[in-house]
Amino acid sequence: MKFFALIWSNLRRKKVRTALTVGSFAVALFLYGLLAAIQTAFNQGVEVAGVDRLVVRNKVSLIMPLPVSYRERMLQIPGVKTVTYATWFGGYYQDPKNFFPQFAVEKETWLKMYPEFKVPRGEWEAFLQDREGCVVGRKTAERFGWKIGDRVPLVASIFGGVWEFNIRGIYDGTRSEDDTTQFWFRSDYLEERRTWGKGMVGWYVVQVADPNEAASVAEAIDSRFANSPWETSAESEKAFAAGFVKQVGNIQLLILVIGGVVFFTLLLVTGNAMAMAVRERTAELAVLKTIGFTDASVLWLVLGESMACALQGGVLGLAAAKLFTLRGDPTGGFLPVFYLSPAKMALGLALTLAVGVASGIIPALLAMRLKIVEALRRV
Amino acid sequence: MVRLDDNGDALIRVRDLDKTYRRGGQDVHVLRGLNLSVDEGEFVAFMGPSGSGKTTLLNLLGGLDLPTAGSITVAGDEITHLSGPKLAHWRARHVGFIFQMYNLLPVLTAFQNVELPLLLTRLSKAQRRRHVETALGLVGLKDRTDYYPRQLSGGQEQRVAIARAIVADPTFLLCDEPTGDLDRRSADEVLALLSGLASRYGKTVLMVTHDPRAAERAEVVLHLEKGALVEGTTSGPEGNGPTSKPAET
Repeated sequence: MKFFALIWSNLRRKKVRTALTVGSFAVALFLYGLLAAIQTAFNQGVEVAGVDRLVVRNKVSLIMPLPVSYRERMLQIPGVKTVTYATWFGGYYQDPKNFFPQFAVEKETWLKMYPEFKVPRGEWEAFLQDREGCVVGRKTAERFGWKIGDRVPLVASIFGGVWEFNIRGIYDGTRSEDDTTQFWFRSDYLEERRTWGKGMVGWYVVQVADPNEAASVAEAIDSRFANSPWETSAESEKAFAAGFVKQVGNIQLLILVIGGVVFFTLLLVTGNAMAMAVRERTAELAVLKTIGFTDASVLWLVLGESMACALQGGVLGLAAAKLFTLRGDPTGGFLPVFYLSPAKMALGLALTLAVGVASGIIPALLAMRLKIVEALRRV
Repeated sequence: MVRLDDNGDALIRVRDLDKTYRRGGQDVHVLRGLNLSVDEGEFVAFMGPSGSGKTTLLNLLGGLDLPTAGSITVAGDEITHLSGPKLAHWRARHVGFIFQMYNLLPVLTAFQNVELPLLLTRLSKAQRRRHVETALGLVGLKDRTDYYPRQLSGGQEQRVAIARAIVADPTFLLCDEPTGDLDRRSADEVLALLSGLASRYGKTVLMVTHDPRAAERAEVVLHLEKGALVEGTTSGPEGNGPTSKPAET
């Protein structure tokens, strides 16, 4: 701690250079924060997936439906505890840009399948009583300024026409990564109004009695419907969500490549700045050694400077990214869970310090190996 | 008394000191079989032409460089076999350096510059403050603690450098051309300070200089030529100088 004044004074020696170096870290860490939030958004489904839940879809494609009659048949398979289903509605509110996911859900079983979502009992009861009722996630309700009792029209781009719903409840997630942008309405309302696809649902969600038996239950479901007109593909909710993300592309790799390039560039920029900083004061370092500073303490002084730069920039960048993500999804609905978790922030900070050490280590080693007599001759 | 022969009780004992550099594939003998004993509290000046080995001798005495052969013993510690970190600790404890160009850190205030050697000790912040204030008071710059080197004159900078050299109460001071960059008046002030440190506080001072007027302030003036202390070594103004014999081995 007593060497802090020395490190701080050295950082203030070239204020512009220090500011630019700190700024480089801040920009890089801001970008890292956004990439981490995007990655979280894409992986949200994978991360929150229930270990005891299977998703059963049409073997051909997710957009192909399955008969509603499969529910009863699935319930007969050993190991299956509960079955619910949902259908993608694909509507929008006022403007096609106002995207948010809407599902027609099986009202009796849907909420039991997802205990991570909380709806006040009275509101859920009201939903069950109203065929045109709907339950909306907190984020979507806040986004459009909806409140309970409102009647909202959605344009149904798949089923056609304008559908009106009564908001009967607002749900919240129990975890910060839970998606609260969804819009649930009753499948019997869909069944009643739609003119085609009657008797079909989008996909099933199956709860298994024992998560260890999930693979064999999935196999049993697919076997049960093999060679039928609507063959199934059952998989864990995690695998389903991961597959969904893969449809968009290899987001993970993309983020890793962008992040890697950013940090590598940062390493070169700050490494160069530190090398210049050390080269400019060779004689001063020699004086410190003359006074009695050991080689190791000189090494730590230089490393301390690069780490102090990194830490300041890193904290600034991460704080800016956190503030940015606190404003929520910047895409208007495509990244429903857009937030920077403390774990990702800690990782960012660790990466910052690692780059700080890596960029300072060569100049620090040069400073450590400096021969006092030779360096003093350069004064 | 400074002696060119061996004196077992001396504070600094140099025996058969050789220093050879290799330059351009050839050995350059900078110091050859040098012997010297300096007692505690003496103010010794080394004079000689450029390349005579003055600064090399100072570097070896200060543990900044290692000799090719021979030994240096300070207050009973043989320093020529100390490893890097031990030598650094030894320097911090025993040596105060004063350079021609002052070598203050420009980003630190006078106070912070003087405090530097104390950062290597276990003194508390308050204790460090007291020591620094005492040292700056001793060189007459107590009112300049918050000044940066660029805000001080050359003479004041050198006085801050002296305060930095004495703040940890080292065993001896090594001064390399301490007045080489100063005007006459400032040089006189600095020399008066050094001589006072030796006479009043019993501090041992070894100074390299080209300036005969600076050398006059020393109790003893030793001449180096081609790496050896030579005939003609003279005593200072107080006449209690060394023997004028060449080095005996």
